[in-house]
Amino acid sequence: MKNVIRYLALALLLVLCLTLTGCHGSQDSSAFVIPQTFDTGRNYEVTFWAKNDTNKTQTAVYEKAIADFQALYPNIKVNMRLYSDYSRIYNDVITNIATNTTPNVCITYPDHIATYLTGNNVMAPLDDLFSDPRYGLGGSELKFDGPTRAEVVPQFLDECIINGHYYALPYMRSTEACYINKTYVEKLGYTVPDVLTWDWIWEVADAATAKGEDGNYLINGQKVMIPFIYKSTDNMMIQLLRQSGGGYSTENGKIQIFNDVTREHLKTVAAHVKTGAFSTFKISSYPGNFLNAGQCIFAIDSTAGATWMGTDAPLMDIAADKVVPFETVVRPIPQIDPAHPQMISQGPSICVFNKKDPQEVLASWLFAQFLITNEVQISYAETEGYSPVTLKAQQTPEYQDYLARSGEDNNEHYYVKIDATKLLIDHTADTFVTPVFNGSASLRDAAGQLIEEVAKGVRRRKTVDDAFITSLYDQINSLYRLDQIGAAAGEGDKDASDMGPLPGTAVTLLAALVAVWLLMGLYVLKNALKKRKSS
Amino acid sequence: MKKLIAIALMLAVFASCAALAEEEAKVLTHAEFIALPLEDEAGQAIEQEVTVETYVQAKQGWWDNKARIYTQAEDGAYFLYDMPLSQEEYDALVPGTKIRVHGYKSQWSGEVEIIDATYEILEAEPFFAEAFDATALLGTDELIDHQNELVSFKGGKVVAKKDVNGNDAAFLYNWDGSGAAGNNNDLYFDVEFNGATYTFTVESYLCAEGTDVYKAVEALKVGDVIDMEGFLYWYDGANPHITSVKAAE
Repeated sequence: MKNVIRYLALALLLVLCLTLTGCHGSQDSSAFVIPQTFDTGRNYEVTFWAKNDTNKTQTAVYEKAIADFQALYPNIKVNMRLYSDYSRIYNDVITNIATNTTPNVCITYPDHIATYLTGNNVMAPLDDLFSDPRYGLGGSELKFDGPTRAEVVPQFLDECIINGHYYALPYMRSTEACYINKTYVEKLGYTVPDVLTWDWIWEVADAATAKGEDGNYLINGQKVMIPFIYKSTDNMMIQLLRQSGGGYSTENGKIQIFNDVTREHLKTVAAHVKTGAFSTFKISSYPGNFLNAGQCIFAIDSTAGATWMGTDAPLMDIAADKVVPFETVVRPIPQIDPAHPQMISQGPSICVFNKKDPQEVLASWLFAQFLITNEVQISYAETEGYSPVTLKAQQTPEYQDYLARSGEDNNEHYYVKIDATKLLIDHTADTFVTPVFNGSASLRDAAGQLIEEVAKGVRRRKTVDDAFITSLYDQINSLYRLDQIGAAAGEGDKDASDMGPLPGTAVTLLAALVAVWLLMGLYVLKNALKKRKSS
Repeated sequence: MKKLIAIALMLAVFASCAALAEEEAKVLTHAEFIALPLEDEAGQAIEQEVTVETYVQAKQGWWDNKARIYTQAEDGAYFLYDMPLSQEEYDALVPGTKIRVHGYKSQWSGEVEIIDATYEILEAEPFFAEAFDATALLGTDELIDHQNELVSFKGGKVVAKKDVNGNDAAFLYNWDGSGAAGNNNDLYFDVEFNGATYTFTVESYLCAEGTDVYKAVEALKVGDVIDMEGFLYWYDGANPHITSVKAAE
């Protein structure tokens, strides 16, 4: 009998081993663990890939931040590489993941982090770092006055949760704004409302396409007028769908964008491309250039582009003799339901890459955290229509004074820039972000491409009808491989009853467990019968 | 008789199809390409389908399975914007290669280009354009006639730009000096011809940091007299993308 027990124990042990092997975690031995103390006796080099808006003031802010940080931590040297395009950073990070040469810290978007996370332990999760009492947010061992966790705008911090963990710190936040030539709107007989609706903006834009006998537009007397230009058609479609309740994607990445609500939005876009009322950045050029030349009435662009908007804009990309004088006003993007405005939250975040040396990661984290201290936050936010991401910075008398001095000059206190900033601060509760998953960056691109292709279709004299849009859905679905993303995510959306057959390994495991239980039952039964006989 | 009519009808159908196919694939001359309007009779912007035969001259980077390519034939130049192709296909498109391009004529901030293009490589002797001396056309309306061509500007004097600190500089990293060495930023520099100053660019995706022209511009000093070559890109006006800078001969 002892042998039988031994065999049973052995079988159980094997089954347990199999079970445990099947439950291995995603982390391996190189997962980041916070060191007990930061070793200041060593020197570190932190590579920082930054993004600026081709704005020398922003470069200067970064450089000063690095100098100030290095003065506090002389053993940490920060090497900055400047990009002017998020997608180039994304591409370079992807390339460098393969060779283990990622930067230590980089400015990024959560959509991109979702892709970085497909590599094993590429990113340092920040959950424990946030709450570490020594080196975490507001930690006791920091050599600077950083914000506590409660002092970071909660909504912005939540945007950095990916797969249930924090993988980034917010750096700057913006939204989109509609920069309006109020002079022309009123010349057309309209009044700019506090909250624009899509119906209103289409109506005014169509009205602005009237021409005189000389072929010039009546509103500006010029040969060129594109009344409504949208910079980011990705955002345009995302926000239209959000406002209208049309599907975009589920939280875990099931693609919903190819629906009838989208179809109706595309038909509306096509109709206004046809009248000449609407175009896009990709098709025409920068909305601000047309706006400033008096060739556009509604220019929708990021609040982080506010310094390029308006007659007196401090940054100008067209010749001075082409600038037309007009009054600029700033409004939130058009709404479907003006009583419940909804607009996107965007802007750069900071992520920290995992390295073999946890001390190096800790040095990187210290620098990342330094970027959300008051001085860096306020000085960078003031370069454009950005909002600081911490309440600590937003509530300083210095920043409040900056906001209050709107219009005092056309540089630091340029009113369009400050109005754009206030727009975001006032509407933070009305902002949203799209779900982040591996492939969400492709979905975002696809959303914008639907609008671009419809606009190009009209310009190519094609009939944009249901058949055109159905065919476009197929093309975009295939081009951006959304069918693959959707198929993978769709598994998670299924009911348990619809999960298909069990994998072979699971069947073997369950069969082994059943067999062991059967043997154990037989053993107990045999013993019971034996006892009965002997009694 | 019926058979004859049937055969004649079939021949007519075949001839029509062949003519249609030829019409669809009609290869335009550069003059025909330029003559195609970008607006319809009502003044609405349009994009027209085009087919041209041309030769690769320079490549302005491959990115996201697309490339921007300067091409030129004996009768004129074409800029192919974001033409879809793989990295391998991009590498195979060496300067001099003859290609037939099918796409749409479009315009972006004054730059006339072919977008959404497809291409096929044609068997032919390589063609390398000679730079057209456009020095005398600077500041004139005729300059645009050479848009996208390889052009030269000779005997210009480098004049100072202002860097971020307000100091004189022979060139800037990025248009406003917001870049720095080591970041592969575009270079901007001003050159004076006949008393007028024009801005020239080294586009880093066309000529990256470390190329001869990039290093030559980084070595420029205010007052240098130089000869340049480059492609006549357009961005709300002439915006030459310079590929060669040498001391004036």
